[in-house]
Amino acid sequence: MNDQPFFRIDWVIDNLDEIGGRVGEHLVMTGIAIGVGLVISFGLALLIRRVRPLYGPTIAITGALYSIPSLALFALLIPITGLSLLTAEIALVSYTLLILVRNIVAALDGVPAEVLDAADGMGFGSVERLWRVELPIALPVIVAGVRIATVTTIGLVTVTSLIGLGGLGYLIVNTGINRFFATSIYTGVALSVALAVLADVGLESLQRRLTPWARARSG
Amino acid sequence: MEFLGEVAAWFSDPASWEGRNSIPLRLWEHVSLSATALALGVLIALPIGLAIGHSGRGARAAVAITNIGRAIPSLGWLGMVLPITLVLFERGGLGFLPALIALVALAIPPIVTNTYAGLREVDRELIDAARGMGMGERRILTAVEVPIALPVILAGVRSSAVQVVATATLAAVVAGGTLGDFILQGIFVRDLPRVFGAALMVAVLALATEGLFALLQRLATSPGLRAATDVGRTS
Repeated sequence: MNDQPFFRIDWVIDNLDEIGGRVGEHLVMTGIAIGVGLVISFGLALLIRRVRPLYGPTIAITGALYSIPSLALFALLIPITGLSLLTAEIALVSYTLLILVRNIVAALDGVPAEVLDAADGMGFGSVERLWRVELPIALPVIVAGVRIATVTTIGLVTVTSLIGLGGLGYLIVNTGINRFFATSIYTGVALSVALAVLADVGLESLQRRLTPWARARSG
Repeated sequence: MEFLGEVAAWFSDPASWEGRNSIPLRLWEHVSLSATALALGVLIALPIGLAIGHSGRGARAAVAITNIGRAIPSLGWLGMVLPITLVLFERGGLGFLPALIALVALAIPPIVTNTYAGLREVDRELIDAARGMGMGERRILTAVEVPIALPVILAGVRSSAVQVVATATLAAVVAGGTLGDFILQGIFVRDLPRVFGAALMVAVLALATEGLFALLQRLATSPGLRAATDVGRTS
């Protein structure tokens, strides 16, 4: 490692295809985890709204899942689902649940009762009320949760390289740490941070576009 | 069921309990690495958090530290430290040292953030009253602000501790040993009982850490504060 420059920009340029591919894998793994996590969390949140006593146990279970280290959770699943994308996604989805369920429940709880009464008075059915009244009002808080979950997941996806998958962790571990090759390590870390920051900023601006009235009111 | 028998066999095999690749040694590596990193993390982060929280200056720095801490993946810390320690210490730069530095870096942000936030939440009137009673700045900090903010500060230490124990598992990638080493070895040689057994130990260790610090947080909440929050809850 001493006899070559610390960071070899020529390696990055020569391997742009490989690096781009790893970014793509990283995005796909993150996207699946957040997408599936959102669907499950929404289901749980709607269930909790009908059966309130389920909230405590749901948070306790998803909280316990959240504190199991990622490599350990992957490893516990390997005997069942093998060294596969499924193993990685089950663990990654599990980690999103605590943040998402908590935020979606809080977001829906935050919709003012008068608004719900008004919607009922206007003759909205429960599905229509949820879709056209509650969700738009709850959106900023829900997106705040999605942002945290996405940033966390982008970091966790790097660990999937340890169970034989790709993503930016491949640049950090397989072509980086295992070969004592600093350039690959730093490229992987820098791109992972960049993805996290871009996702965070992107989701924030998406939320502002979707809820223009929130801006109008505060401005 | 058969598989769980194999896991039990790994645990009960005498070979798992002796030598340089034994359960007690890997567990000790895991615990000692985590404890050292957390202790150093507290020593560095607490004064920073107290200074920012008490004076109210440098709040932007605190926010920046939090955001950086959140965006850099824990595996990334290990990766970033390794080339530097290898250049500085050659062979000594592998193993415990890069793992320790990475874990300390990881432990700092939650403690800084929570210490700062905890102190900021203290009622300004209480601090004015303390000042009116003739307390010096240092005494206000130690006798008023810290006791009131302690549960929040300890919540930060708790999330650092859980994160450190979790990431210590990954230290195996830089030859830092720990229980994570069994997982990586096991994946490499397709010894699934070893993978599963070690993962079980890591999960228990993480949950135990969480539980221990939750208990500590409860015990450290002053009786006056506990009464106040209880009243708050019933009303």
